[in-house]
Amino acid sequence: MKLKAALASVALAGSIAAVSTPAMARDTINIVGSSTVYPFATVVAERFGRNTDFPTPKLESTGSGGGLKLFCDGIGTQYADITNASRRMKTSEFENCQANGVKDIVEVRIGSDGIVIASGNDAPELNLSLQQLFLALAKDVPNPDGGDNLVANPYEKWSDISSDLPNIEISVMGPPPTSGTRDAFVEIAMEGGCKKYDWIKSMGKSEMRGVCHNLREDGAFIEAGENDNLIVQRLIRDNGTYGVFGFSFFDENRGQLQVAEIDGVAPSQDTIGDDSYPVARSMFFYVKKAHVDVVPGIQEYVSEFTSEGAWGDNGYLVDVGLIPNPRNVRIQAAKDAQALKTMTGNEL
Amino acid sequence: MTDQRSQAEIVRQSLKRRYRKERRFRLYGMTAIVIALASLFILFADIIGKGYTGFIKTTITLEVTLDSEAMYLDDPTDADQRSMADFNAPIINALSDLIPGVENRAAQRELSRLVGSYGASQIRDMLRANPELLNTTQTMTFLAHDRVSVYVKHADNPNYSIRLSEQQQAWVDELVEKGVIETSFNDVLFSSGDSREPSNAGILGAVVGSLLTMVVTLVIAFPVGVAAAIYLEEFAPQNRFTDFIEVNINNLAAVPSIIFGLLGLAVFIGLFGMPRSVPVVGGLVLALMTLPTIIISSRAAIKSVPPSIREAAEGIGASKMQVVLHHVLPLAMPGMLTGSIIGMAQALGETAPLLLIGMVAFIVEIPDGFFSSATVLPVQVYLWATSAEQGFIELASAGIMILLTFLISMNALAIWLRKRLERRW
Repeated sequence: MKLKAALASVALAGSIAAVSTPAMARDTINIVGSSTVYPFATVVAERFGRNTDFPTPKLESTGSGGGLKLFCDGIGTQYADITNASRRMKTSEFENCQANGVKDIVEVRIGSDGIVIASGNDAPELNLSLQQLFLALAKDVPNPDGGDNLVANPYEKWSDISSDLPNIEISVMGPPPTSGTRDAFVEIAMEGGCKKYDWIKSMGKSEMRGVCHNLREDGAFIEAGENDNLIVQRLIRDNGTYGVFGFSFFDENRGQLQVAEIDGVAPSQDTIGDDSYPVARSMFFYVKKAHVDVVPGIQEYVSEFTSEGAWGDNGYLVDVGLIPNPRNVRIQAAKDAQALKTMTGNEL
Repeated sequence: MTDQRSQAEIVRQSLKRRYRKERRFRLYGMTAIVIALASLFILFADIIGKGYTGFIKTTITLEVTLDSEAMYLDDPTDADQRSMADFNAPIINALSDLIPGVENRAAQRELSRLVGSYGASQIRDMLRANPELLNTTQTMTFLAHDRVSVYVKHADNPNYSIRLSEQQQAWVDELVEKGVIETSFNDVLFSSGDSREPSNAGILGAVVGSLLTMVVTLVIAFPVGVAAAIYLEEFAPQNRFTDFIEVNINNLAAVPSIIFGLLGLAVFIGLFGMPRSVPVVGGLVLALMTLPTIIISSRAAIKSVPPSIREAAEGIGASKMQVVLHHVLPLAMPGMLTGSIIGMAQALGETAPLLLIGMVAFIVEIPDGFFSSATVLPVQVYLWATSAEQGFIELASAGIMILLTFLISMNALAIWLRKRLERRW
């Protein structure tokens, strides 16, 4: 019996060694990255698979940071070919890519997505400025009695911040720190409101971030999971709670939700597209040029994504909530993408 | 005498109290069962109530004229011409014939959106396969757009928001009346892979992925688990080392499943360089996860074989190995199988470890081998539950029902095996 067990374990080790030969040929494009870009990229991938003879690409939603890490791990078919991001690649990530031999990267700016603050239809309407939003959700806020110092956030009701806001308790559900939506919300909305104070604006970068990027931990800001559907269901049931999520999600549930105006602008395709709505961000995808002729279909996938039929003003991505770039920007971006123009690192 | 009587008296007096206590105790137990059954019932009612509509599809049957001029297509076998042709035109024309008075392009566009986006490719694929059908009129059945389907099925349901314009709603009502829009059993759900369009989304890819993964899990976990159990129970000497192993196996059974995912990521993908998202890696990870369960239940099964059988075999001169292979193993097999099936059922419902090895992914193609990208049933449910489109609400519940069917049948198989094969002494 001992002999048999020994034989069995040898056989098992052998079979593992046999399948572990790396760099197997692959004919399916592997895409990783942001959960915000995922709904757009999956639609493109499905159309691409249906309308060409290439297999449908495989998409994993790993978050922007996780995707860029997998993408930059190296060259070879065991690594991802394309990564999606709801923010631009950071210089540190570009350097990481270079260090791992991923030299030639093509950057494509897809379009924009807004971040909205929404509530169930019966909740009081909210009309905020960025500064009020910061005061409502920051962990520490400038002393309301005046002076250039910070105090723990004393505001319990919206009306404590300004009398024209609703007289209900502040309760906002938002995404967890792993989410790209959270990063963008903190960087654009919180920091934007925070910088309205000149003395905070004049601080050093890291000190300013320490002040602006901390969200309340006393229960007024509720960290929900990555599941935006659950947030929507809570909002419908619970009047007075507001939720933070991407515009495309609001668009899909329009009938059941109402949306807050920020700095007097309500989010819509138009206001996010022309940057008048303040909380909007760009979305990207990155292509590994070294893989283009190794894994079949990458060039064609890029062409499909950058075609007017997909990301144009009447393209099918608009139906899923994409806010297109202006036409001249789009045309240039499509040309660059289809020519596989690589990044130099200086543009970041 | 008096002493005895008073004792009987004491007993009789306390008797009532003791009976009451016992009744209360039984009541607690019954309440617990009622609560458990009620929650189970609520869960099932909720899932079935939400999910049964997922088994219904909405179709639009049209008389399409495959006019080569309208489609800008002379030769359906030519790939270049196909990529430039307008396969939506026949659908728009057929719908315009049914609903007169739709003239301007914007309205026609709205009208054509009643048919899901697969409609045009359906025409293209048909013409590609049968070029002779060009310039004929065919009766074709298309899947309705998700929004139409939601409107037809859930017009009065407050949990769904209707995303059709007033005009489109009127058209749909008219087409339903004419019998053009119909509902029928959703065979698409069982015959296709995932899709971002709820009408076209199917669970077959996930079912095949689950089967492939489970095969790997079974092939690895069962023999290794049984061998380990036999060795530990029958051959291993009782010493500190085997005690240490035993404690560790018991601890492993309680390790959160995500840890096994981390291990799989580090060892199978990182060290051995296996690809992400494939059933082999998923199966290996789940095998590691189920191994302790199988070892523990197999050991219990071996322990429950009466010593008299072992002694009798030894008494007539059987060797240790003959005793194990001829007597202990056959008698312990039903228990081992039951334990393994329960372990496999657990593995079937697992998502957390698969997240890390890339099996939580959007995969349209049906996996065709142990090394092709795949996802599994619970992951498919998760992906649908987190999608924004309204039609996925019912599909997620329908997916849960399918997953539950698999789990219940596996458990039923375990019970049947136990009843059928178990011997009592």
